[in-house]
Amino acid sequence: MADPMKIRAAMQGDKVEVKVLMSHIMETGQRKDAKGANIPAHFIQNVTAVHNGKTVLAAQWGPAVSTNPFLSFRFKGGKPGEKVQITWTDNKGDKRTDEATISG
Amino acid sequence: MSRLSFAAGALLALCCGGTIAQTAAEGIERYRQMIAEGNPAELFEAKGEDIWKQKRGPKRASLEQCDLGLGPGVVAGAYAQLPRYFKDADRVMDLETRLVHCMVTLQGISDADAKRNPYSTPERPSDMESLVSFVTAESKGVKMNVALSHQKEREMYQIGEKMFYYRGGPHDFSCATCHGEDAKRIRLQDLPNLTNTKDAQRAYTTWPAYRVSQGTVRTFQWRLFDCFRQQRFPALEFTSDASIALTTFLAKNANGGTLAAPALKR
Repeated sequence: MADPMKIRAAMQGDKVEVKVLMSHIMETGQRKDAKGANIPAHFIQNVTAVHNGKTVLAAQWGPAVSTNPFLSFRFKGGKPGEKVQITWTDNKGDKRTDEATISG
Repeated sequence: MSRLSFAAGALLALCCGGTIAQTAAEGIERYRQMIAEGNPAELFEAKGEDIWKQKRGPKRASLEQCDLGLGPGVVAGAYAQLPRYFKDADRVMDLETRLVHCMVTLQGISDADAKRNPYSTPERPSDMESLVSFVTAESKGVKMNVALSHQKEREMYQIGEKMFYYRGGPHDFSCATCHGEDAKRIRLQDLPNLTNTKDAQRAYTTWPAYRVSQGTVRTFQWRLFDCFRQQRFPALEFTSDASIALTTFLAKNANGGTLAAPALKR
């Protein structure tokens, strides 16, 4: 089971600014261990952000994104008190969803 | 998609491909600012809090009754007064040493097991790094205040001072060789002059820290361990008296500085 994300969502003028920290090893598949064997790739492939049932962000990620990635974005139409859900899925099928309430 | 920013790749590209006139130090400073709000140390703080509250070890106990110097279970502000003398152990202890002590006395974990994995690797996370993140974060904004009120604390300080200026090893290095003058650096990293109060405060209050290049939070014990490695000194033993003496010296010299740990470093 993956560790929880840390999500902040706050109004910035008429837009909602969302900042997400994800806990993930983001292994590229290019590294070798002490014995010289390849360390298998393990990284987040898809990230989606949902607000009121509507997808406001969908991203496809690759192995070039850092360990414990940080994602920041803004979207229109959110109001304080409403919720934003973030979901990531990695290449091993592991999945994690967390949500945050938009603050004023 | 233009508002997207990914921690390492995109930000590095921004900081270094931006203004050409920018110096390296300014670039690194800007990079630090940009990701300070998204410090992954927060993930370790949350994990550390879980581990703190979990019932573990043969005694099925949590660490919630651990006395970090301000009484059993008091975490807030405790890190600002460490290292200190603990009567129950008759020893001056820093945070990591005290955590090991609590794991042994409260949870019944063996001393060897408690000290087994202080520094994580990508394949093997370390509970110690998470616990230290949690405890130090509870002292954010608190001013460093190492009292040296006990004789043993003063002794530790004096030993630490001697160690700081002691030259040895194949390179004939002391800590002061790199940290005793202004404007020294290793590659692009500016080194703090630890004999000057401002630098000493800034350095001490930003450890432990999440190292982006290593993808994990490193503790102060690790900082000293890695300094010893870079000096080609014998490996610094985790929670040894030598490590505590040096920590006492550096922590006391940072008195008055406001804790900002776990910070974020490149």
